[in-house]
Amino acid sequence: MQENLVINNTQNLPVYPKLNYLNNGHTVSSWLLTKDHKRIAILYLLSVSVFFMLGGIYAGLIRLELLTPKGDLVESGTYNKLFTHHGILMIFFFLIPSIPAVLGNFLIPIMIGAKDLAFPRINLLSWYLYIAGASFTLWALIQGGVDTGWTFYTPYSTTFSNTYVIATGLGIFINGFSSILTGLNFIVTIHTMRAPGMTWFRLPLFVWAHYATSLVMVLGTPVLAITLLLLVVERVGRVGIFDPALGGDPILFQHLFWFYSHPAVYIMVLPGMGVVSELIANFSRKRIFGYTFIAFSSIAIAVFGFLVWGHHMFASGQSPYAGLVFSFLSMVVAVPSAIKVFNWTATLYKGSISYDTPMLYGLFFIGLFLIGGLTGLFLGAMGLDVHLTDTYFVVAHFHYVMVGGAVLAYLGGLHYWWPKMFGRMYSEFWSKLSAMIIFIGFNLTFFPQFILGYMGMPRRYHAYPEEFQVFNIFSTAGASVLAVGLFLPLFYLTYSLIRGKAAGDNPWLLPGLEWRTTSPPPTENFIETPIVTWEAYEFGEESGLYDEETHHKSEVKPVSLFDQN
Amino acid sequence: MAAHIEVHDAHGHIHHPALQHHFDNMEQQKEAVSIGMWFFLVQEIMFFGGMFLVYLLFRSKFPMAFAVGSNHLNMWLGLLNTIVLIVSSLTMAMAVWSAQTSKRNLQIIFIIATMFLGSVFLGVKAYEYYDKYESNLIPFSNTFRWEPEGEHLIEERKMIDEHAAPNSVEREMVANNYYQFGNKVRIFFWIYFAMTGLHALHMIIGLGIMLWLLYGAIRNRFSSEYYAPVEISGLYWHFVDIVWIFLFPLLYLLGRHFLE
Repeated sequence: MQENLVINNTQNLPVYPKLNYLNNGHTVSSWLLTKDHKRIAILYLLSVSVFFMLGGIYAGLIRLELLTPKGDLVESGTYNKLFTHHGILMIFFFLIPSIPAVLGNFLIPIMIGAKDLAFPRINLLSWYLYIAGASFTLWALIQGGVDTGWTFYTPYSTTFSNTYVIATGLGIFINGFSSILTGLNFIVTIHTMRAPGMTWFRLPLFVWAHYATSLVMVLGTPVLAITLLLLVVERVGRVGIFDPALGGDPILFQHLFWFYSHPAVYIMVLPGMGVVSELIANFSRKRIFGYTFIAFSSIAIAVFGFLVWGHHMFASGQSPYAGLVFSFLSMVVAVPSAIKVFNWTATLYKGSISYDTPMLYGLFFIGLFLIGGLTGLFLGAMGLDVHLTDTYFVVAHFHYVMVGGAVLAYLGGLHYWWPKMFGRMYSEFWSKLSAMIIFIGFNLTFFPQFILGYMGMPRRYHAYPEEFQVFNIFSTAGASVLAVGLFLPLFYLTYSLIRGKAAGDNPWLLPGLEWRTTSPPPTENFIETPIVTWEAYEFGEESGLYDEETHHKSEVKPVSLFDQN
Repeated sequence: MAAHIEVHDAHGHIHHPALQHHFDNMEQQKEAVSIGMWFFLVQEIMFFGGMFLVYLLFRSKFPMAFAVGSNHLNMWLGLLNTIVLIVSSLTMAMAVWSAQTSKRNLQIIFIIATMFLGSVFLGVKAYEYYDKYESNLIPFSNTFRWEPEGEHLIEERKMIDEHAAPNSVEREMVANNYYQFGNKVRIFFWIYFAMTGLHALHMIIGLGIMLWLLYGAIRNRFSSEYYAPVEISGLYWHFVDIVWIFLFPLLYLLGRHFLE
């Protein structure tokens, strides 16, 4: 049995396995009723891509409007809808499901040596809930949209807005259960389905990060669900839970909303950190520095993440003493994040680094997350935040974390595991080019916004004083570059499915369990349940991963479109 | 959790028919479903937790209005329902025990008893809701009308009626105060309906689960080798019970004595 696990493709040319999860059934129902976690991941991949594109179109329109100081492209009301739709689509329907539901779903069972997630049917159900919630929301957006901002602050959302708050709220409510069920499934799977020998401290850090994320999903999302339910009923029934005119408390809404929505930031970025831990360790070909620290820092972020929501409310009339505590706790949550960054950097030291496309994304992540995280400390400091609240500084900060962090990690992960998911290699040239374009475009878009925010440009306005224009032009130009960079993968990744060379089981020559099965994997993931006898990220002589003579990965080179016959 | 029938694995071992293909053995499957249920219940605590926070906040803000609201609820019906639910938890526990000890007939009897008690609870609840509807205490309806009942409130109102000049600013302020007080009572009733409604919804889902268990029990699916579905349904039922144990004193009892 052990022979099945030994990697011997340094000698053989990559082959495309005859039997795999992709060709196990070709009917529509074999996809739509599948219980295979890998197929469900592909369903998620397609659906989150659609919402990413939609959210991107709204972002493009926002940037186009902000090219000039006057509101000449759209009216203020339409502009309100644009940024609301952008936020709702990107956060609830792209960022939150992206890494967990696509990469996590595909990889967690394989990484721990299981045949599937613990509850395959619930996994499929969660995709259907996602689609139901998303359709509900899309319907509301098509009917006329919402203009409350993705935060739905009361009493505007309950009393004054004339837009489709109820339908959107219900869409997000339904979608929340998709997230809860995914998290539940991951937790149970990681607890009970690990292969023999796969102890907790042999788990890849990707799995640890998803465990922490799942805790946040399971503990936080229900609170958002009940909050949205209260919001919807208040809007329908005119009862005053949140409306001060009827005795209610609008700040209560903000507390309840941010109790979920701040931890939701960690739902978005923790899986990204998991991906980056994989990328940094594997492309430095070195055991990750401080494995246990990184593992527990994920848990610490998940726990402390629940105690800092009040830093969104420094300027809301919250008690300054509460603000003080929240400010302090926000500084505390920076510690585990910094632990991760230090450990990644230490892993690079004396590593045998290869700059493949996924690693580029990994390195970009470290830099951009550093900026995003440190500016988060500015905003967490109560005194400074009073100056920066609701300015473009905030916008730039969370885009550095969400796009520079979560989206780049998602793209890095997608490029890293693409050969595993589809058994095909994409063009090295185009993928590196697009990564560079994205990096440049991203910084050009969002760095000027830090300056704008510091100068005092408020967010959520469609017009602004003329002295801000030059930075807005930079930002809009950057957004165009970013859009080009984000469109490229759509083409070369799709092309790789049709014409890409077979990637082989282990194109990057790595020790992880997911690289010890075929690419694409069979429906049952492994022919026989693997027995794990090695530590995570074990790059030793004995791992058989190196060419005996050169001590360097050889033979299987990443395949470019241009060296095909 | 319906059984995926697969009797042999690749090695020709005989498997329990309820073992799903992606689990190695029954112990692993049982562990997975019970951990799953526990985490689901944690999720439920957070879900109800949001409502309890709302209750806590408004209760401390408007203790008087909440006392007035509590006095409109029928404590004895609430007590009856509490007893009914506690007994149903006992029958549920007995149903789990009968499954663990492979006693099919007892299992059926206890599941039916649990369903009966659950239905009694929902019947009483429905009557209470109807009663609130009759007394115009539905918070999200335009006909919501609250009349002060406590004696000192009536006294106070009388005093103001006697002493304040008609159409005076004072009288207007008082009328306004009553309107606002009415809104606060309305918030109490909204919380009452939201919390008990959410709880009743969980009871209805619980009855659906019981129906499914009953079907399984009649077909003799559960035994000492395979009773995880009964056990985790029991966990769910007890959880819904415990929520009520909190709801009863919070909504029916606390603060009643202010006005008596």
